[in-house]
Amino acid sequence: MATNSTRPLSPHLQNWRWHATMASSILHRATGVANYIGAVLVSVWLVLLAAGPETYAVWEELNAGPVGILITLALVGFTFSVSFHLLNGIRHLVWDAGIGFDAKGSNLRSILIMAGAVIITAGIWIAGGLL
Amino acid sequence: MVQLTLPKNSQVKKGKAWPKPEGAENTRTFKVYRYDPDTGENPRWDTYQVDMDRCGPMVLDALFFIKNEIDSTLAFRRSCREGICGSCSMNIGGRNTIACTAAIDDYKGSVTISPLPHQPVIKDLIPDLTNFYAQLTSIKPYLQTTTPTPQGEWRQSIEDREKLDGLYECILCASCSTACPSYWWNSDKYLGPAALLQAYRWIADSRDEATGERLDDLEDPFKLYRCHTIMNCTNVCPKGLNPAKAIGHIKELLVERQG
Repeated sequence: MATNSTRPLSPHLQNWRWHATMASSILHRATGVANYIGAVLVSVWLVLLAAGPETYAVWEELNAGPVGILITLALVGFTFSVSFHLLNGIRHLVWDAGIGFDAKGSNLRSILIMAGAVIITAGIWIAGGLL
Repeated sequence: MVQLTLPKNSQVKKGKAWPKPEGAENTRTFKVYRYDPDTGENPRWDTYQVDMDRCGPMVLDALFFIKNEIDSTLAFRRSCREGICGSCSMNIGGRNTIACTAAIDDYKGSVTISPLPHQPVIKDLIPDLTNFYAQLTSIKPYLQTTTPTPQGEWRQSIEDREKLDGLYECILCASCSTACPSYWWNSDKYLGPAALLQAYRWIADSRDEATGERLDDLEDPFKLYRCHTIMNCTNVCPKGLNPAKAIGHIKELLVERQG
């Protein structure tokens, strides 16, 4: 692409001042990847559950130990990941219908979606704790 | 290819801090990207103090002050100084825009100026836009027809003409394309917001008779679909146009014609 390879490349990420839409876009990609990993881990858990009480005891022991905290944190992260990806996914559907391309509104909606994902995550875990 | 960091020869070193102009009381600091192809040294950040009592209101005025009063070796493109030629596009304060319509007062503290992002630099603030122009050429930005040319002119209704508002005003400054992370990583294959806005400008033109061919040409995982609606293009356009929306319309048309 460069006509002269000795020419330096101008700074890009190094001095770019981010918009909210740019942040939500890369977060959509990141949560998409996280959702795959989360889904695999949930499947492993389901397999352990289906394999009977003896194998599931392995999981229960793990969860009761110090690793349990990590598991809880990962699950909170997974909840956020799914919530964000779902909300932002709906927004992509709306975009596909040709709606919502204004710059100002898009930045506002990016912030609202990120906040929304935090609220949903908090809501699910607080509700779960009360049950 | 995604490379988040700059290659070795492109890392920007600390440069020279130029002294305050004599007798200047009201100054603003400008941190400017400098690259001299003759020395082969890495680019550097030079800082200049601009005397605001002797300088116009726009960032372009400050660049002229630097070039005329402090350091004549500074190179940048400019022509019309009124936002219609698109020559003085650059990254100011972390966002792309054209220097002639960017008011210095809209920036806080020291103002950082660098070339349009992720482009090969010829000298200082001048990027090599060969690839950008080649991509524009590739979408055939002109009227294509098959019916015989009418005597007089190609007529268009007022309503059809209005469909081109927000598209024809593009001045090809490349602010949008070089603001796009997708374009940063895939500019060899992805056309970028500016070329795609122009592509849509001709697709939307009621007089053009090559709509099918234009859409065929764009139906490509890279040329068009590297757009992930990151919206940097629309956020930075100095003419207030909306390339993201134009690209959205192209995607819609491609789905619609599948029936």
